[in-house]
Amino acid sequence: MVNPRALLSVRGLSIRYGGRPALQHVDLDVLPNEIFGIIGPANAGKTSFLRALNRMDEFVPGMQVDGRILFAGRDVHDVRNLYALRRHIGVVFPLPVGLPLSIYDNVALAPRLRGVRKKAELDGIVERCLVRAALWDEVKDRLASLGSLLSGGQQQRLTIARALSQDPELLLLDEFSIAVDPVTTMRIEDVLKQLRGELSIVLVTNLVQQARRLADRTAFFLAGRCVEIAATEALFGGGATQQSTVDYLEGRFG
Amino acid sequence: MTGTTPTFAPTGHERRSLTVQQLVRLSFLAVTLLLVVPALLILGVLVVRGSPGWTWEFFTALPRDNGAAGGIWLPLLGTLWLTAGALLLSLPLGVAAAIYLSEYARDNWLTRTIQVAIVNLAGVPSIVHALFGVGAFVHFLQFGKSILAASCTLAVMTLPVVIVATRESLQAVPRAFREACWSLGATRWQTIWRVVLPNSGSGILTGLILVVCRAVGETAPIMFTGAVFFRPLVPDSVFDKTMALSLHLYTVSTQLNNVPPHLPFAVALLLIVVVLALNAVAIGFRMRLRGRKRW
Repeated sequence: MVNPRALLSVRGLSIRYGGRPALQHVDLDVLPNEIFGIIGPANAGKTSFLRALNRMDEFVPGMQVDGRILFAGRDVHDVRNLYALRRHIGVVFPLPVGLPLSIYDNVALAPRLRGVRKKAELDGIVERCLVRAALWDEVKDRLASLGSLLSGGQQQRLTIARALSQDPELLLLDEFSIAVDPVTTMRIEDVLKQLRGELSIVLVTNLVQQARRLADRTAFFLAGRCVEIAATEALFGGGATQQSTVDYLEGRFG
Repeated sequence: MTGTTPTFAPTGHERRSLTVQQLVRLSFLAVTLLLVVPALLILGVLVVRGSPGWTWEFFTALPRDNGAAGGIWLPLLGTLWLTAGALLLSLPLGVAAAIYLSEYARDNWLTRTIQVAIVNLAGVPSIVHALFGVGAFVHFLQFGKSILAASCTLAVMTLPVVIVATRESLQAVPRAFREACWSLGATRWQTIWRVVLPNSGSGILTGLILVVCRAVGETAPIMFTGAVFFRPLVPDSVFDKTMALSLHLYTVSTQLNNVPPHLPFAVALLLIVVVLALNAVAIGFRMRLRGRKRW
């Protein structure tokens, strides 16, 4: 059964690499304007899950995806125009990737790819996205310098600004704070809270408290299975129904 | 303070390690210097014995007496023609093939076979390429013995080198850049054009340097396909035959009896200067590209 309000519905999703299963039979829904947290230890299948959502499985030889992923009512496996799909679903990778282009060109890249040519329009997009990613004040005087030479935290915000420049309805964040200092992490978390009003976010994180601070609902993944999904408050307020979830939340493993 | 004070005197084992390290460093330095000696000797001999031949007439007169006298500018012009032709053909084709192999082709037995073939092709002796050129370009495509046929032969000979050099520089661009670009909805070509190619310029220039070196210096591939011993006429189309420096050097040093003793050295010196000059330009470009730190 599919929730008609859901922006993203995943049913019976299984992922294998060659013969090795990475994720088995996951069902979940992501609602509009929701931050959906996914927590779990390494090798739980969190990153594989994200990769399947915007068809990045295409880039990984041997990665095989079964099951249904409905995005805005369409099965992503039937979408011929993957480029449009990827513009609707933005991604932020664990390690910041400032492309070896100027800061301006980094953010203007996606608009240019979809055919925006007018300087004024591009200027507007670049400023708006850098402001939303809380980076504008730091870089507004040096938009022409290389994005790949910014500090790690700045590059990660640049990556977020770049992902926002395609006006996605869904933003996938994969352990975005792994290479970022705590202060920048908090700034990005503030950014994400503000973005909640405009789009849905799937936040994969290995920081349990980060999910608690940000997510409306949280799923716990363990060893390729989705153990449970619950409202974040309930999950952290003692409402976890599975023993392994309780153990993970209390730091007994992972 | 209590306990033993730290000492920095080396132990027996450390002393041995340091001795070995010094020996290794010095012997490798000796080998490196040994490699430079022949190169400098060759250049020295050429400069000393060849420079008296670099007269005004040497650069301005037409060749006479089957090349035993007169000037050099016609073979020089021919060499530049042949090199330019080879570059024009092999650089775009080689870069295109490298892009396909590195960015589009899936890793299967076919692409692996192609890659092995390319590496082997780079090791094929130039005389074999020459015979291929005679069959393919002079006779089959009916270019005749011409600048065009010789340029094509040189291009075929240098293609594998261009492909390998370009492919390596494409693969040096981190995969994360490609994935970031793809995840923004870029097509493969948009990714290549905006992110990958702008960051692999130095490899493409390396390919260019190698093409120039071989195209200027090779004799066998051109002597059967387009270069002639003696033709004191300026070629007026790509279907003309031409003289070339490398073949001219062969002629004046082995085929003629009445050659002034300094002439072969003067020609050889010019040949080396041409290669060095063309390379200097490309190396200059490459250093400017590499000087900018990009990530």
